Amino acid sequence: MNSTFYTSDFVHLNRQGLFRKGKLLYPKAKNENLDTFLKSIYKELELNYSKFYKMDLLSKMGIICTEILLQENQIDKNTALVFQNNAGSLATDLEHQKSISKSSNALASPAVFVYTLPNIVMGEIAIKHGLKSENAFFIAESFTPNFIHTYTDILLQTNKANSAICGWIDLDSDRYNVFLTLISNNGKIRYTPDNLKQLYTNVDE
Amino acid sequence: MKKAYIINTEIISPLGFSVQENYESLVNGLSGVKQIDNYNYSNRSFYGAQIPEKKLEKAFKDLSANSEKYTKLEKMLLLAVAKVLDKNPNLDLKKTAVIISTTKGNIDALDRNNPFPKERAKLFESAKQLQAFFKLPQTPIVLSNACISGGLAIAVGKKLINHQNYEHAIVVGGDILSKFTVSGFSSFQALDTKVCAPFCKQRNGINLGEAAACVLLNAKPTAAELISIEGEATANDANHISGPSRTGDGLFKSIQNALKEAKLTSSEIDFISAHGTATLYNDEMEAKAFSRANLQETPLHSLKAHYGHTLGASALLETVISVECMKRNQLLPNFNFTQKGTSKKLNIITQLKQKSLKNVLKTASGFGGCNFAMLLKKHSA
Repeated sequence: MNSTFYTSDFVHLNRQGLFRKGKLLYPKAKNENLDTFLKSIYKELELNYSKFYKMDLLSKMGIICTEILLQENQIDKNTALVFQNNAGSLATDLEHQKSISKSSNALASPAVFVYTLPNIVMGEIAIKHGLKSENAFFIAESFTPNFIHTYTDILLQTNKANSAICGWIDLDSDRYNVFLTLISNNGKIRYTPDNLKQLYTNVDE
Repeated sequence: MKKAYIINTEIISPLGFSVQENYESLVNGLSGVKQIDNYNYSNRSFYGAQIPEKKLEKAFKDLSANSEKYTKLEKMLLLAVAKVLDKNPNLDLKKTAVIISTTKGNIDALDRNNPFPKERAKLFESAKQLQAFFKLPQTPIVLSNACISGGLAIAVGKKLINHQNYEHAIVVGGDILSKFTVSGFSSFQALDTKVCAPFCKQRNGINLGEAAACVLLNAKPTAAELISIEGEATANDANHISGPSRTGDGLFKSIQNALKEAKLTSSEIDFISAHGTATLYNDEMEAKAFSRANLQETPLHSLKAHYGHTLGASALLETVISVECMKRNQLLPNFNFTQKGTSKKLNIITQLKQKSLKNVLKTASGFGGCNFAMLLKKHSA
């Protein structure tokens, strides 16, 4: 126990755009919708990963944000994923609900239904990066850096994971907010609850 | 390091509102899965397991006069926790972590005919209700990790006792039967048209069910309660978001990692409480993973033909039954199994048997490629 871990890298996504280490890399135009914005980054990154287009928005946010997060980092295959959000998979839940409501003639679609779980975004990230690792998806009204730090730190200190991607990834109708961090042995910012909290809030909105 | 012992358990299900009642139903070969013809769930008749509304109302009346303030799921969760707290009136709630496991929470609140506001469908809303009801000093932690949620929530509680300043953890999980999930699994053509048959050649899909289950974990054992959680792990397949791995990779890995933490080998496992949803691919995947882990001779059951798949409650409920099996040194049969139905050998339990049970493996797998394994150990007095 008690190895020291660091925040090696971090990203934010909000209505201003996509930030890496606090720097705005991809500004988002005010009237541009989120899906279009994420697709434009996908194209610019030349990801060539056609599955991306079939994903729901929560998963698209997760894929694009981890792509930027890992751009300059070698990822260990035993990287745990510890995510949290407010709305779960509500955006896709509403889409499925619409298809089964009495007034609608739409049929329930398995391609939609499969995304009605918040942890699917972790599954998509695990597939993209080959991570056969620990996963946990938590729900809270707002980000709880103390708990997310505690849970991730236990995974790291007990060698259940060598590194971790943890943070907040939330989508609720028009509101969205992502903050993901890469925690590993490398870096300068100590991985502490206070630092996690500070990095989360320290971004232009 | 403090260990985490399972001190109390509770189940609210179609097969009973106490562990005793549930266990007797299983021994007597009862199933909660029935044909349901109800337009509120599906335009077509289907097989599922439902908690009778009237029975729940009656039980809840003894707990609270404000029945109309709570959703069905919340009543189930509150009842399960209240029964555990009743048995432990001196529990120091300041030293108690509370964890709620659910996949879909109050998903029925999204339906326009539901009397509750849509916002109630957010999973943390149930945590708020629970906190207010029991005057908890901290907001409960909510975990939503598909069909491994119930098991992983126990692992969260165990980790917090092992490594943090908690003396206790209340882990409660629940999910309801809803049009939302029935229509979704139906669109996958994943629902069996009769009572499901886990691991059986005749298996043809899942039944959905509803239940709540609760366990109380303690850093200290009591004279009568000596079962601890010795190891647990999750592992992602990194293969497909809805299809089980063809090789059982993630489940195999989670079993290996849990064994490693528990310092046990597969030959020391006396019994497996498997996930066994009764879909063609899931049960085949599990058989492969158990075979790779050298567990093909270990007695195994799935409880899905008794309860249906209760999603976020399932692994928690099945752990409670495993604990009961360990206390009684009994192997419960895999209900509705008639014929070997996987390419790899499994030792499916076909009748009630006495057997000394010391080390037990619980597993679960779910959408998103997640897999879970946990080892329970019974210590000698």
